[in-house]
Order: sequence, then C-alpha cells, then structure tokens
Amino acid sequence: MASYSTNEFKSGLKVMLENEPCSIIENEYVKPGKGQAFNRVKLRNLRNGRVLEKTFKSGESLEAADAIEVDMEYLYTDGEFWHFMATDGSFEQHGASAEALGDTIKWLKEQEVYVITLFNGGILTVSAPNFVELAVVETDPGLKGDTAQGGTKPATLTTGAVVKVPLFINIGEVLRIDTRTGDYVSRA
Amino acid sequence: MPFQDWQPSCNRAALVARSVLYRDIRAFFHDRQVLEVDTPILGCAPVNDPNIEPMATRESRWLHTSPEYAMKRLLCADSGDIWQLCKVFRAGEAGRRHNPEFTMLEWYRLGFSLSELMSEVAQLVSTVFAQRWPSLPVVHLTYAEALQNYANLDLATASDNDIQVLGCGLAGGNLELSRDGWLDIIMSHAVEPALPANTLVFVRDFPASQAALAQIAISPNGQAVAQRFELFFNGTELANGYFELTDADQQRQRFQQASALARESRPLDERVLAALEHGLPSCAGVALGVDRLLMHQLGVNAISEVLSFDWSRA
Repeated sequence: MASYSTNEFKSGLKVMLENEPCSIIENEYVKPGKGQAFNRVKLRNLRNGRVLEKTFKSGESLEAADAIEVDMEYLYTDGEFWHFMATDGSFEQHGASAEALGDTIKWLKEQEVYVITLFNGGILTVSAPNFVELAVVETDPGLKGDTAQGGTKPATLTTGAVVKVPLFINIGEVLRIDTRTGDYVSRA
Repeated sequence: MPFQDWQPSCNRAALVARSVLYRDIRAFFHDRQVLEVDTPILGCAPVNDPNIEPMATRESRWLHTSPEYAMKRLLCADSGDIWQLCKVFRAGEAGRRHNPEFTMLEWYRLGFSLSELMSEVAQLVSTVFAQRWPSLPVVHLTYAEALQNYANLDLATASDNDIQVLGCGLAGGNLELSRDGWLDIIMSHAVEPALPANTLVFVRDFPASQAALAQIAISPNGQAVAQRFELFFNGTELANGYFELTDADQQRQRFQQASALARESRPLDERVLAALEHGLPSCAGVALGVDRLLMHQLGVNAISEVLSFDWSRA
C-alpha cells in the first residue's frame, strides 16, 4: 500500500493511524525558526467518527488507508446484511453489517441514496442523507383543528424509528425528518 | 480552462501594503544611518543549522536560507552597521504561515547589547504596526519564565523525562525527540498560543543547547543561557536575534557539532570562519519575517494572502 509523507497531508486524505482508518481534517505545519519542524494534524476515525489531534515530525509518513466514500442506493436486507448498489453505473453491490449500519438503520429506505465508506473492499460506515421522507405506521389519531399549536406525540415510522410529531399527524402520512437530530421537519 | 492559477494569490491591497512597508523599513534604517547592503543569494556553502534544509542548484551552489554568513563577512571587513531586505529559501517549509521562498529583513548593530537590539526591534515593529495598533504593549520574558507561566514547567528542575511526559501529552504520542525537540513541542503547542494577544512578547535566554550563533552567558540563577531572543506576536514568531558569537574557534566547534546532526553532509562555510578569525566586532543581529509582518498588518490568516504568487503558483 502507498504511504503519504506529512508534506502530502491535506484535508480528505485517508490514512491508517494505529491500525484504524482515518480521514485528515486539518494539517498545520509548525516550525520554530531554529527548531524542529512538526505537523499538527486533526483526523477523524472513519470507523467511529471520533476526532483526534496528533503531532508528527515533518517528513514522517503514514500508510494510505484503502478507504473511499461512494454514493450507493439501498436495495434490501436478507436479515443478516443490508445490501447497497453503487449509483455510478457500475452496479457494484456491497452488504453492510448491523455494526457498519449503526444508527443509520433508523433512516433506511429503499431507493434512497446513502454515503458509504468502503474500507478494504467492504462497507465500514453508512451515512444517511440529512433529510429522509418516511411514512407513519403508528400514532394516536390526529386531532382535528390543531394545525399549528404546540404539543407533540410519538409516531412510529416504517423503519421502526420513533419521532415526535405534531398532534395533527395521522397514520399513513409521509414526513420529512432531519436525520442529524431525529426531528420532524414537515409533511412531505 | 487550464492554469486558472495564473492569477496572484494576494489582492492588490496587499501589493500596495508591501510597497509601503518596504518604504517604511528603508526610512527607518536611513534615519538611523544603517547601511543597506545586498549580498549573494547563491553561495558555495549552505547554512549549517541541521533544522534548516537548504536548496541546492545544479551548479553546486546553494540558495541562502538567510543572509547571515555573508553579512558577517561584511561586518568583519569593517562595513559598520548594516541591514538587508532579501528573499531566502528553505526546503519543505510550506504551510499556512510558511512559504519555502520568503522575505527576510536582517540587520546588525555594532556595540549593541541584546536589550538595545530588542528595543530597536520593538520600535520598528511598533512603527509599521502603528496604523492598526496605535500603541503596542511590550512584554519581556525569559525562556524559563515563559515555560513556567504558560506550561507550568520548571525548566531548572525538570528532568528529561518530565519534559518528555509533558510533550507526549501535547503531541498525542511519543515522537522520540531530544530534550530540545520536546521543548519545541511545549513552546509551539502550549506556550505560543497562550502568550498575551496584541502584545510584542520578547522571549530571551534560550537554553545553551539552542544557542546557534549566539553567545552563551550565565544567568543570575546560575544557568548557562544563550544570549538570543525571539519576538512573538499574536501566535506567530516574528524575529530571532542574537548577541553574536565572535569567537572563531567556538564557532567552528558549533559548526562541526551541527554538521554531525544534519541529515546529509554539507560543506562548511570556511569563508565565514576565516572572517571570524580575522575578527567580528562585538555586535547584535536579528532576522525578521517580513511576510508575517504583512499578515498582521492586513489581518490575514495565510501567508499566501500577502505573496504575489505563493509556492503553489510560483
């Protein structure tokens, strides 16, 4: 596998750090006029999303991580894996484990496009789009006339996710949800 | 369309600011009757400092990393007080605040003490910053005080291990550095960002091991310290000054020690050593990063914003 020297570090570069695939967020060259040169680097662990800061001696290198981010459409689940297909025309398919899917399972919808991080040829993580539209399968009956006033109730969506919705929402309605917060945005 | 980057990396205001700054610098030294000089950029021998990487040409010449050696040869030849504004070159030094080719202002004052030179540096910087900062406070710290105040490290009693433990914490891992290397980490990661803002901060009395071309003296508390200072301003290092070493034998020894540490062998500059043997008058000298002065004047974050064409477009 190729490796990258500190002078090639830039935002978005995927590298291996302590056996974990990481993406470089920021790279700052630090050099006291008469001292040793360093690179202060901020990285995101691609597996768990954690951000860490680490300083390297300038000239050191890190192994490249065989990691890329691709757009893939969700197809189906066989109960053990969740299958996705590339949208670039290659029809390449990969299955994600429940671990790789993580919380995104709450926002999974057929034919929706997700950002998939592939690491060593397999799915490492699945990121939902910021907004998804999902139908309500269960909630208390809607209250007529209550269209704008406050007050919420829980509603279960097709994915099993439970979100707080306004009182006027009924079963069968399709809602727009912000996946970053899990908040109801509007009727779709 | 290819080569969209033919355009400058700075705006026209920065071109104008640089022109005005050069005029102000010339006026400053003209008023003080310091002679402007011009020394060769391509020399037969490179810098000796193992932490500075020079660039070589195909003619076995070296681009200077500072005009220091040539200016010292002028001083040894009775030039009197001299100053120079020039481009210098350092391989690999590219980043938000670094460009491998940059502009340096360097000057030498005969008979000046380090304190007198610091006060002249403060006058120059205050003059060129006057429009943005009408009055700038000046703070003086020793290297040991800076570490004590901003990194809670007592340099006099700290063991190599204490320094390494503190450094590892700041760096996020063990970089396997020398004591001075770990001190560089502590200075750059903990001290520099914590120094008072909008203040000219002079740090002096560096560890003797970081003397470079400065004389070594014994501090009031009995430590051997380099008679060297650095000027910090709003998170950047602006200038580095020495009470100059004049002893040719000591200089040769330091050159040889430094050569042993360099990654590849570099020829010794025998001419500057010969000049020192002839005799360097007692003097203090300083080098100042002109592009960084401009960055502060204009309030910009990247050196590219004060360069006509930065390294990526040159």
